[in-house]
Amino acid sequence: MTSSRQTRDRHRSSTWLEGPAFTGLRNAHSQRPAYREEAAQRILGGCGLMGVCDQSGKRMSGELALRSMASMHDRGNGLGGGFAGYGIYPELPDYFCFHLLYNDEVAKDDTEYYLKKHFKVVMEEPIPTKPVRGIENEPLLWRYFLDIPEERLLETQLSAEDYVVHTVMDINTYVDGAFVASSGKNMGAFKGVGFPEEIGEFFRIDEYKGWTWTGHGRFPTNTPGWWGGAHPFALLDFSIVHNGEISSYGINRRYLEMFGYKCSLQTDTEVVAYLFDLMLRRHGLPVEIACKALASPFWKDIDLMPEDQRKLFTALRMVYGSALLNGPFAIVLGMADGMVALNDRIKLRPLVAARHGDVVYVASEESAIREICPHPEESWMPQAGEPVVAWVSEKGRRKATAQAKVSAGQRRMAQGQAPVVVT
Amino acid sequence: MAYTTFLPPEFRVVIDKEACLQCGRCVQQCGWSVYTWDEAERRPRPDHSKCSACHRCVTFCPGSAITVKHNELAFKRSDSMSPDLIKAVWKQAETGGVLLTGMGNDKPYLRIFDHLLLDACQVTNPSIDPLREPMEMRTFLGRKPDSLEVSTSGSSLRGTSVSPAASARLLTELDRQLQLETPIMFGGMSYGSVSLNVHRALAMAAAELGTFMNTGEGGLHADLEPYQDHIIVQCASGRFGVDTSYLQAGAAVEIKIGQGAKPGIGGHLPGEKIDYQVSITRMIPQGTDALSPAPHHDIYSIEDLRQLIYALKEATGYKPVSVKIAAVHNVAAIASGVVRAGADIVYLDGFRGGTGASPTIIRDHVGLPIEIAVATVDQRLRDEGIRNRASIVAAGGIRSSADVVKAIALGADACAIGTVALVALGCHVCQKCHTGCCSWGICTQRPELTRRLDPEWGASQVVNLVRAWTHEIAEVLGALGVNAIESLRGSRERLRGLGLDQTVLDVLGVKAAGS
Repeated sequence: MTSSRQTRDRHRSSTWLEGPAFTGLRNAHSQRPAYREEAAQRILGGCGLMGVCDQSGKRMSGELALRSMASMHDRGNGLGGGFAGYGIYPELPDYFCFHLLYNDEVAKDDTEYYLKKHFKVVMEEPIPTKPVRGIENEPLLWRYFLDIPEERLLETQLSAEDYVVHTVMDINTYVDGAFVASSGKNMGAFKGVGFPEEIGEFFRIDEYKGWTWTGHGRFPTNTPGWWGGAHPFALLDFSIVHNGEISSYGINRRYLEMFGYKCSLQTDTEVVAYLFDLMLRRHGLPVEIACKALASPFWKDIDLMPEDQRKLFTALRMVYGSALLNGPFAIVLGMADGMVALNDRIKLRPLVAARHGDVVYVASEESAIREICPHPEESWMPQAGEPVVAWVSEKGRRKATAQAKVSAGQRRMAQGQAPVVVT
Repeated sequence: MAYTTFLPPEFRVVIDKEACLQCGRCVQQCGWSVYTWDEAERRPRPDHSKCSACHRCVTFCPGSAITVKHNELAFKRSDSMSPDLIKAVWKQAETGGVLLTGMGNDKPYLRIFDHLLLDACQVTNPSIDPLREPMEMRTFLGRKPDSLEVSTSGSSLRGTSVSPAASARLLTELDRQLQLETPIMFGGMSYGSVSLNVHRALAMAAAELGTFMNTGEGGLHADLEPYQDHIIVQCASGRFGVDTSYLQAGAAVEIKIGQGAKPGIGGHLPGEKIDYQVSITRMIPQGTDALSPAPHHDIYSIEDLRQLIYALKEATGYKPVSVKIAAVHNVAAIASGVVRAGADIVYLDGFRGGTGASPTIIRDHVGLPIEIAVATVDQRLRDEGIRNRASIVAAGGIRSSADVVKAIALGADACAIGTVALVALGCHVCQKCHTGCCSWGICTQRPELTRRLDPEWGASQVVNLVRAWTHEIAEVLGALGVNAIESLRGSRERLRGLGLDQTVLDVLGVKAAGS
């Protein structure tokens, strides 16, 4: 373990604040088993996935995603399922919500010590679950709504988003037995070992409403499933569900390491999430352009493009060649304001899309769409490398959040709880 | 004592008298004057001591009557004093000189490439058939920004069905790049050390392949001007043939600091090789020795290098500048300095790289394997966050397409070949380049020898070789399940070491087979 730490240290970017000095952890070098060691083998496999996005901002029950995934039961093998919902925390939409998986109480203590040192914890609570046959050995599941003290940002000279990325990397790398499943605002990832419909029931996702949902069922081929390894993978507002294998993982990972990302999970899906974070948030690329770097057109097509476009696409491949996701994949990216589905550059994994009114659907199988929308106005097979993009209107999101806030406060009061008050 | 020499001939030339047609072609073909014509018996008589085993006579003998064998003299067996060492002592005792040699290091050091194995796809990710699907080899060498700025015509992007990819414009101004259609280029070999026909053949081949040849330090002959878009002009310590028009002629300029075969020392092209054409190309008087100093006398530290890099950029309108360094112990730190000094390309030359002439002690005992150099430099530049700022070219010991694939997986952007390109032209790697007697017309300036190499035929040989390698690289990419060379570059995850110790594996950043 010492030697693996040293190797990692050698690969660190000098611009990255981290380590015990930054984390202030008491036992950052403890010898307890860590999630990352459970995930020391790369996780390969096939999967089923779906995404649904109401562009008007209307919030849909998580039950929709659950039902759609259940119809693709056979695409998974019960070793991992999960969902991400957007717009699900209208009561506290402006705070970073961390979903945490803990091996044990020690991991929880360590993490909470860390969180309290770096954030103002606005609210903390166990993630509500219910017993489901087939779901066992679940970790401790907690969520925290966090605010960043202004002086911490001044001290570290980081943007709020970068600050969160650092802390997520810190916890996942240095706190043994703790794993941040999601860290965005007004969104959350619910995932674990089991079939997706079991996981959805376990997390009671039918009780949440969101304008975007993504879902995933895993078929890992060579590792025992572990809760952290299930999809979606999430960082800030980005969440990824992924079917396929990134054959270029080795260089994608080394490329990301140059920008300070630590790929602690050894799964190729993790690099997809970080690549979107890098290209969309840090480099400010439009998502359609980022998709053209991740699943780039072939040179034979680029060479025939009009001058301006050829220049752009040539530069994209020159500069982001190491970010090219090569190998079979279909992914659905969840974002604060929308959803993107993308196939690899030669479409080696299935992906179907449909639209009905304001709602855009994507899934590995058309049946999974028709399960929740029997007669879509249009449905199509997205071309290789052509992203399906759905944006949720900002007005719609604001309206839905405001409405939900009122009703959520009323609900809590009706349940005999205090309405959430944040000072 | 009356001995001429203790040295026994290295080879024995055996002529089958029955098969010999007594045509005398061997006498005419041998550049080493091995044969004399015995008028009385009307047959050739070989002087074994002059033979270099270059096989020119063997190839051209119409009766297939000639074979060349090792002169297998028995020496008392010794693990310490091998026959080669004994012969070296005799040679120096007889001459008092520094032992010279040509080509690359031939000592049995660990060949790391041969201990690296590649991955392939099975079940969970499909392999790709390179005969059906495109396999993209295009490579750009030069400085790249960390990110791009893209404008997306107004605010219409969100919520519209107009494809923003079609309306987006690139705002970032990129530095000039070298565009290669295959990640294989030719290493610097100067006109003077090799013949003009070699330069012609390589330049034609580079143009046809969409890659680059490198002038080496001997200047650019006027005949090569039609190919200048595919030529990298070198600026070495002797500054031979360097003037503004030379610098501007090439697609890029390379500053040669060191060479893998002879790190830390200069060069010496004897006056006999400086004929009229070489002299005008190198801009030195005919018949004078061309001496390249060991260091550049205007580069005594990294800040001096920076000045030269920017002087060359100013002179060429900011064409890419490559800096060629030999792989030596501290190569990673040196390369980092070179990149920070402004180089667009770092050309790493491993200790197995070839040379026209080098002291044997330097060739055989100085430097590092290219595998180690590429791995440490790539990692160092990544650690410092400056890998985008320069491309890495791996050279000096690239023997096959497998070596190219492995070097790229370790972190190189492209590879350069020198020795194997000459082998394609007929070189038999006899290691006698420094003598100027090359029977194949490659490493000589004697007109009766150089005219043996037809540049157009030579170009087709080299084009065939590189095309074949490119097909082989495509096969490997397909097996790896990727269809673009950039997905292999630096992807050490697809390599495993077999029979390498943990220290070497750690340096390479490669896992052991089975892990």
